[in-house]
Amino acid sequence: MSESIRYHLRHDTRYEYDQPVAESHQLLRLVPRELPGQRILSHRLDVQPAPTRQNGFVDSFGNEVRIIDLELDHSELLIRAEAWAEISAPEQPAEAILPWQQTRQALTYVAGKRYEPALLDACRFLFESKHVRVKREFAAYAGECFGSGDSLLSGTTRLMGRIFEEFTFDPEATTVSTPVTEVFEKKRGVCQDYAHFMLSCLRSIGLPARYMSGYLLTRPPAGKPRLIGADATHAWVSVFCPPGRWIEFDPTNNLQPALEHIVLGWGRDFADVSPLRGVLMGGGSHDPEIQVTVVPEAEFHAVYGDVEDAPTPLLPGID
Amino acid sequence: MSQEILATYPNAPNRFDELIDANGEPRQHWAPFVDRLEFLPAETLERRRRFIQDSIEADGVTYNVYQDPAGQRRHWQLELLPLVLDAEEWQPLSEALSQRARLMNAILADLYGPQSLIAEGLIPPALVFGQHAYRWPCQGIVPPGGIFLHHYAADLARAPDGGWWVLGDRSQGPSGSGYSLQNRLILSRTFPDAFRDLQVTPLADYFRSVQEGLARFAPTDGDAPLAVLLTPGPYNETYFEHTFLSRYLGFPLVEGQDLTVRDETVYLKTLRGLRRVHAIYRRLDDDFCDPLELRSDSALGIPGLLRAARAGRVLIANALGSGLLETGALLGFLPAIAQRLLGEPLKLPSVASWWCGEEPALEYVIRHFDELVIKPAFPSMRMEAIFGHQHKGESRRKLIERIEAQPHAYVAQEWVRLSQAPVMSHRHKKRILPRSFVMRLFATATPDGYSVMPGGLTRVSPREGDEVVSMQRGGLSKDTWIRAAAPVAKNTLLKSRLGVIDLICSGTEIPSRVGENLFWMGRYSARCEASARMLRAVMARTGDIGDEASEVLPLLLQTCWNLGILPAPDPEADNQEPDLEPALLAAVSDPAIPGSLAGNLSRLFFAASQVRERLSSDNWHALNRLQAMLNKPSEDFEEALETLDEAMQEAFALAGFAMDDMTRDEGWGFLVIGRRIERLAVQSQALQTVLRADSHQRERALDWLLETGNSIVTYRARYRRAPEILPVVHLLAFDATNPHAVAFQLENLRRYLFRNTRMLGQPRPLQLDIAADHLHAFDLTRFEGRDHEAASRELAELLAEIESAAYEVSDELHRQYFSHTAQAARMGGWQ
Repeated sequence: MSESIRYHLRHDTRYEYDQPVAESHQLLRLVPRELPGQRILSHRLDVQPAPTRQNGFVDSFGNEVRIIDLELDHSELLIRAEAWAEISAPEQPAEAILPWQQTRQALTYVAGKRYEPALLDACRFLFESKHVRVKREFAAYAGECFGSGDSLLSGTTRLMGRIFEEFTFDPEATTVSTPVTEVFEKKRGVCQDYAHFMLSCLRSIGLPARYMSGYLLTRPPAGKPRLIGADATHAWVSVFCPPGRWIEFDPTNNLQPALEHIVLGWGRDFADVSPLRGVLMGGGSHDPEIQVTVVPEAEFHAVYGDVEDAPTPLLPGID
Repeated sequence: MSQEILATYPNAPNRFDELIDANGEPRQHWAPFVDRLEFLPAETLERRRRFIQDSIEADGVTYNVYQDPAGQRRHWQLELLPLVLDAEEWQPLSEALSQRARLMNAILADLYGPQSLIAEGLIPPALVFGQHAYRWPCQGIVPPGGIFLHHYAADLARAPDGGWWVLGDRSQGPSGSGYSLQNRLILSRTFPDAFRDLQVTPLADYFRSVQEGLARFAPTDGDAPLAVLLTPGPYNETYFEHTFLSRYLGFPLVEGQDLTVRDETVYLKTLRGLRRVHAIYRRLDDDFCDPLELRSDSALGIPGLLRAARAGRVLIANALGSGLLETGALLGFLPAIAQRLLGEPLKLPSVASWWCGEEPALEYVIRHFDELVIKPAFPSMRMEAIFGHQHKGESRRKLIERIEAQPHAYVAQEWVRLSQAPVMSHRHKKRILPRSFVMRLFATATPDGYSVMPGGLTRVSPREGDEVVSMQRGGLSKDTWIRAAAPVAKNTLLKSRLGVIDLICSGTEIPSRVGENLFWMGRYSARCEASARMLRAVMARTGDIGDEASEVLPLLLQTCWNLGILPAPDPEADNQEPDLEPALLAAVSDPAIPGSLAGNLSRLFFAASQVRERLSSDNWHALNRLQAMLNKPSEDFEEALETLDEAMQEAFALAGFAMDDMTRDEGWGFLVIGRRIERLAVQSQALQTVLRADSHQRERALDWLLETGNSIVTYRARYRRAPEILPVVHLLAFDATNPHAVAFQLENLRRYLFRNTRMLGQPRPLQLDIAADHLHAFDLTRFEGRDHEAASRELAELLAEIESAAYEVSDELHRQYFSHTAQAARMGGWQ
């Protein structure tokens, strides 16, 4: 049994509207995914006002989606998602040290070629999507990191390192709709931009790569206590390693996720896994206020006090 | 027997000609039509051409061309001569098209299902996952009856050897079947004898199949099926066709906002409540259909539609995501797919094509550039077709470089020499000329397989030798006559004559959107009228006009601020008195100022344009004049006052039309209610402000109150003396015979709200009743005595109560009839 650690996750979202909203429909991707290295011990969702209805489905990428419908006047909407997750360190696939061109070759189409399920799945992450572009300039940028004798692991690690070195983390430089070409020009942005750019580079040289949405454990400043709401959602990438594994890379922090990244879900880019997406009738929309708190089990009581919300017994989620 | 009319008709050696054979003789199935042409005098032909033109104008047949000066509502172009095909040729062609529709449906089922075509290497992943048209959220949805494709169309061309080729497939929401039918309705009357003698197969059965197909496959849970036709709206290029098909098929024409999804079920919002929709014949593109899961900035869609589809609660024709098959890059892969999915050879070949994403294909394309047409592999690329032979040297080198950079985004097709059909010359009397053409054929799903329309939309190029045929680029259309082997029975879905049973007293089911826009028309017309009056009164009292008049100005301004007619000054700003003149001018003619007359006029115009079909042309002219006013901003008070007078005139005219001109159906009531609510709120507010002022100011404001309440004449006739508080208050608040009085609005509102409840069944909002009772009970004699200050204050309170009740009723009507939602929620909150 490899090393593992338990986290409590809280993700609060608060919308306030100028005018009462009569009808609102929200798709929530706030339930962390159950994965080989990630067990979800419990999760729950609280919504206020109480929705007229709620249900859910699993999307095309395997992420769990909750839907809430409100068909009554409201001028505030609160959504709280909470979960306990147990993370264990991933193992590096042995094939990661094979030449990177083998991955590209494995996917190239020739008439009559058969795609095994894992390969077929990888094909979904090989092309352009809303926020990821396939362009010659990106291929050239990535090409300098992938030498002809390099392995998939070393090439991708070098690309991640280059982006980390050359880009500046700057929340003011971009918005959610800044195109990746502009991110490349400015070499500035947030984790989402880092991820979209790295995905563009990888796909431009024929490597399937997906966008990972989730949380990251942050460290409070030295000597300061951990605060509620001090964290944020995070984004990183994972690259396909034939015959059927994926390896994760976090270009914003220049490291391979191990015990401190918690996965919510994945897609081709942010647009596929946006944690909240909704439609309102009336109102006038504002950016919501979002608070994320990631707490290791050992610090839970220090942060939240003596509330009875321990990992066991399992809390019933709203289903 | 060579006819004169053929003497000048050229024979192109390397193309197939529909009319004549290689020897220049008319083909057998054309012979009777050619004989008739020969026989008809030039003047008759000219008269028939005019008949077509007149019919198109009378029926309002339009085709909107983007980026064209004639642009919106351009007349449809129908050519005088039909294209004639005989039964022998048609039969196999129709079977082949039906097979192709079946194949396309099977491909959609596979690509949105198990994707075995990709797994087995029969379709490259790039042509599915690399396409914007592949809708990820639709993955895994199985539509009712397994039918993805209800409406299918293919564009066909005839090769020099006489065989037919498919140039492209239309799988999302093929347009043209309605225009084909419209062409038929006109052309069968243009050549009635020829039409009968040639035994042309009628089209009506096909449209009956469309109706029955949707009714049979729709998940109805035992209800009588309700199908609607979903349009993006009047700006769409084929909007005419949407309205035409909607009438012909009997499917209500709806826009996205007319529908709502509740509990995974689609409903039509009507004034009588929500009605379940079982089938949606959509002409709205995939991406715009559901802002919740597809394109989030789409205002045309229905949030939650995908969920209803996922739950199998509604039939959507065609299934969301079906635009995927419109890529020309698939054509080359179809023969193998047909074998795999149908176990049959593909009967209708496609034009030879090479998808450049395959290495050998790319090499071929570069070697044979002169013989090929280069097209985008994905329709979303919006690139025009490029003829290889038109590019030499440097330009070709660049083009090839572009293709090599992203080979999977391009497809090359063989450059087909289109066959020719005759058109009537415009320049020469009674002369026919050859033109290239493309023919669009249609198929629809029925429980017995795909049924093919015996006819089609033939489009000819506008100039001789032109190879690109497109209605967007000025092409002409033709009716397509399929000759039947046996005599045909007359058959149409349109009744030839209406009977008593068909008589309609009022629209049966009025969409909520219509009621909502009429309601806002009422509110905005009353608001425009009121703000024009107020602004005029303020302007008359601004500037150098003596103490007495300017003394009341602060009170007037306060009323305008309270009503939002003038933007209230920012309390944070420094005390500097802002310049009134520019503020007033802006409040008249700057639509960007909140609450300005110009802004309200344009909202009025918008609401009216949403119910255009219900307004008389006089009504429209009044609205158009209003809009014209918006386009000339006022430079000074003189011009502004002129504008205000005009605006009031037009507002009166609109009110007059509403009372005298419009049918008094369920929708009309909302227009009247809207007007009454607005006037009630405005009048209550104006009175309140004056009643709350000190007695000195109050006395001076009475003139102005009568003026803005349009009651000066009545007052003078009744009292023949200067305005006093008691008679003014009586006339403007309590006199139920004065159409500007608060009591009049209350009484009328009550009556129309009762009428609504009787006609539409929703409970009557009661907010105004209590306020009305209080007003009734108010003792006016209190204004006679010492108590009059307290009386003023109390009456002001009462009017405030009435004003907010008016707005509450407005909100309540919205919930009950327009948005169909519930009252406010109570919030809990957490720590």
